[in-house]
Formats: sequence, structure tokens, C-alpha cells
Amino acid sequence: MSTDRYSIFSVLREALRGHTGWKPAWREPEPKAEYDIVIVGGGGHGLATAHYLARVHGITNVAVVEKGWIGGGNVGRNTTIVRSNYLLPGNTPFYEHSMKLWEELEQDLNYNAMVSQRGVVNLFHSDGQRDAYARRGNAMRLHGVDAELLDVPELKRILPMLDFDNARFPIKGALRQRRGGTVRHDAVAWGYARAADGRGVDIIQNCEVTGFRIEAGRILGVETTRGFIGAKKVGLACAGNSSRVAAMAGLRLPIESHALQAFVSEGIKPFIDTVCTFGAGHFYISQSDKGGLVFGGDIDGYNSYAQRGNLPTIEDVAEGGMALMPAIGRVKLLRHWGGIMDMSMDGSPIIDRTPVAGLYLNAGWCYGGFKATPASGWCFAHLLATDAPHEVAAAYRLDRFATGRLIDEKGVGAQPNLH
Amino acid sequence: MRIPCPYCGVRGLDEFAYLGDATLIRPDPAAPGAEAAFHDYVYLRDNPAGLHRELWQHASGCQSWLVVTRDTRTHAIGRVEVARDVAAARGSGAE
Repeated sequence: MSTDRYSIFSVLREALRGHTGWKPAWREPEPKAEYDIVIVGGGGHGLATAHYLARVHGITNVAVVEKGWIGGGNVGRNTTIVRSNYLLPGNTPFYEHSMKLWEELEQDLNYNAMVSQRGVVNLFHSDGQRDAYARRGNAMRLHGVDAELLDVPELKRILPMLDFDNARFPIKGALRQRRGGTVRHDAVAWGYARAADGRGVDIIQNCEVTGFRIEAGRILGVETTRGFIGAKKVGLACAGNSSRVAAMAGLRLPIESHALQAFVSEGIKPFIDTVCTFGAGHFYISQSDKGGLVFGGDIDGYNSYAQRGNLPTIEDVAEGGMALMPAIGRVKLLRHWGGIMDMSMDGSPIIDRTPVAGLYLNAGWCYGGFKATPASGWCFAHLLATDAPHEVAAAYRLDRFATGRLIDEKGVGAQPNLH
Repeated sequence: MRIPCPYCGVRGLDEFAYLGDATLIRPDPAAPGAEAAFHDYVYLRDNPAGLHRELWQHASGCQSWLVVTRDTRTHAIGRVEVARDVAAARGSGAE
């Protein structure tokens, strides 16, 4: 008998019989000739879409095709932060929906994703920034999202290592979302894959889409390196490669691909037990359970598909870290890596139909896609299953750039390398 | 990444500011269909994986605008031209 369900009892049973009953968490099926729905991209969003298609909508004749291996793209390359501290009406309900799905994720998937609601603390450094964060916190609370404004004495209690009296960027307080935190990113991909597979979804790795079969404006399937796969509907969840894949269907997207770097230090003793972001530069940090400081900053700022960045950005991130918490100055960098971000022109995502009938798009996540994974999957599954947008993702339209209904959270206009 | 500025020689990335795709041409606002043309110009990008002609400014150097041909898969820098020359060639119909 093999062990299907993970629990304390299955761990004990397997311990007693030499761990001979575990089986692979998902199958490696050959692609079938046709599916009801093919999802292109086996990252977090594609796998979450497959899971919710199966669990919520009962659609299990589904394949996820992935050019590499699942979890090898951005879902394994981020800084694992989850939060729902958004300001604009189009964003707040969506990210809060995602936060609620994170809170029930492990029970839903029967998988330990190490969801840790350790809080997200966004520092402010001036009176003007305090007003902006107070406004953001109030907008969140009006949407039923938790938010609290912290003063300096409270901050000194929870983050004593900060450089409060920095001459250039003194710390005046923070906006905290207690329900935010971190999630083990690889486990999100694996958990969704296992849950979707368990309901009959085929996860087909090492299968790159090379073209689309489109007749009379309707999608018939995808051409892949493992042959043609027919599909009634096709959903694209290709993150940094969205423009390349969509171009094969004749679409030109409001997206540029940019490199974002992330970093982890050598393991140190418990140092910081929340997520903290610097408000005067772009720097965010948390500590993993292994003890490594996980941190990042801005995108490199030029078009890239290289999954690696350059030294000026590393220097900028390190300067942000040193301005915020000088105590980390002698900690050694263990690893750094890059991912390719699908930077949209207003900094917000797209979950919508396309001009090709039966072809759907999930893209434009910029450098904030990880936290959105559950709601992105939930809403994309809803769109694929019902052909209508989910109510919390209704603003994420592809045509909003033509109609003027942009969702510009940062307020910088049509500049993908600024979001 | 280091960019060979035609005036200053090979300089580090941190001296340069990036604008983006150099092949986009601002549409004529008086032409028919200008609204759709401006949508495409402002928002849509080819975003190629491979050779990309893009505008950089040597902002912390001579401040020249440059058209750099760069491979977005490897960050290898190819041809570097002065943007003014590219625009002049385009205006004369040479490009």
C-alpha cells in the first residue's frame, strides 16, 4: 500500500516501514491527443490554475505544459513574501482574496508550504510618507484588510536592529500588516502540482510550446516539442516569457521582460522575525528558517531574458540594506540569482480573454507575482471555466491601456522599468 | 555590463540610464487612426528574446543618447550608434 495522504500518521507509518511506501508526488504522463484545457506554463500560477479548475470547477481533463521543470522559474526565484497591502480598488480585493487563500492553502493542498504569517512592516521616513502609508492603511481597512500604523517605540521593540537615527533616512514609523509574511516558494509549486495531479490533471514537463494551431480565429491546440496537443481552450501563464509565447499567436503585449535579482546570506542565528521593507530606497528582507537573510530590491531596469543581473543593482541593494540595518554589514552573501519579470505598462497584471477565441492570458505580474499565486490561479480558473472574469479580477483587462482604465498603484505612468 | 560610448570609450553600466525600445516611432497626431497608433506606441512592445535595439543615455558621462544593439538573452553588447545619427539617417530615408 502506498501513502497518498500526508499526515502525522503517514509519517509515523512510513518511519516504521523504512519509508518504502512513499510515492512520487505527481505522475509523469505522456501528453494525450486532446484536453479540454491546456495551460502553458508550469509555474505557481499555471499549477494553481490547474488545481482550482479541478477542485472548484470540476474540470479535470486538463494539462499543464512546462518547457523546463515545474518550480524552475519565478516561483522558485522570489523572496517568498506574501501580503495584501494594496491601495487601489482594482487591486485590494484581489490581493486580499489571495491572502485568504494562503491562509487555507496547506489544508486545501494537504501539503506543508510553511505559510508563516510573521507580518510585513513597511517603514516610513518622513511626514509625507507617514500620510501616504496612513492613507494606504485606511484604504486596506475599508476593504476589511488588517493594517496598523506603528510608532517608533513599538518599532524599536519588534525591530531593534534598525538604524532609527540614520542622518539621511531617519525612521519615523511603519505600516504593518500582521497577516502578511512568507511562504516556502518551492513547496507552493510542488503542493499545487501534487493536488492537481491527484485530481487527474496531467503535468507535462520538458514540453515547450513552439506554436499555436489557430483556425478562423479560434484556438485548436498547441504545437510542442512533444507533438501537437489539441485543446478546446488554452490559458497562457508564462510570466517573463509571456511576450514570446503570445507572439506565436500573433499578439503584441503591453509588457517588457526585465531581470530582478534576489539574495540570500549565510545562515545566522535568529535576527529578524518579520518581513521589513525600507521606505527610502528599495530593499526588503526576511529571515528563512535555515537562518539565511533573504532580501532583494529593484529590477535591473533594462530588457532581459538572461535570468541574471548586473553589479550596480547588487550594490544598490546592499546600500539599502546597510542604510536600514548596519548590523548585517559583515554577513556574507551566500547566493544570488535572477528571474525574468513580465513588467506591464501600469504595474498591474492582466487576466483576460484575448482576440483569439479560446485563448486566455494571465500575465504582467511585474515583480509581485508570488503573493498573487493563489488568487491568480483561482481567477484564471474561473475565467477559463466560465468565460467570465472573476469579480475580484474584473479590472485586470487586456484592453485597459486603450480605454484608459489603468491600475497604476505606483503612479508613474507607462514605464515598465519604473514599476 | 559595460557599454562602449562612442565619445567616452567603454564605461560601466552604472553611468548609463535606460529608456527602452529604440525602434518605436512617435506617430503623427494629425494622421487618421492616431488614437490607436498612440496606444500601440505608448503601451505595446515587441519585447524580443535576442537582439534588441534600445535607447541608453550616458547620463553620468557625456549625456549622449545612444542606440545600443544588445542581446537580451546574454546581455552581450553589439553595435553602439549615436541616436542623433540614427534619427538623421531615418529622416533622410537611409534607414
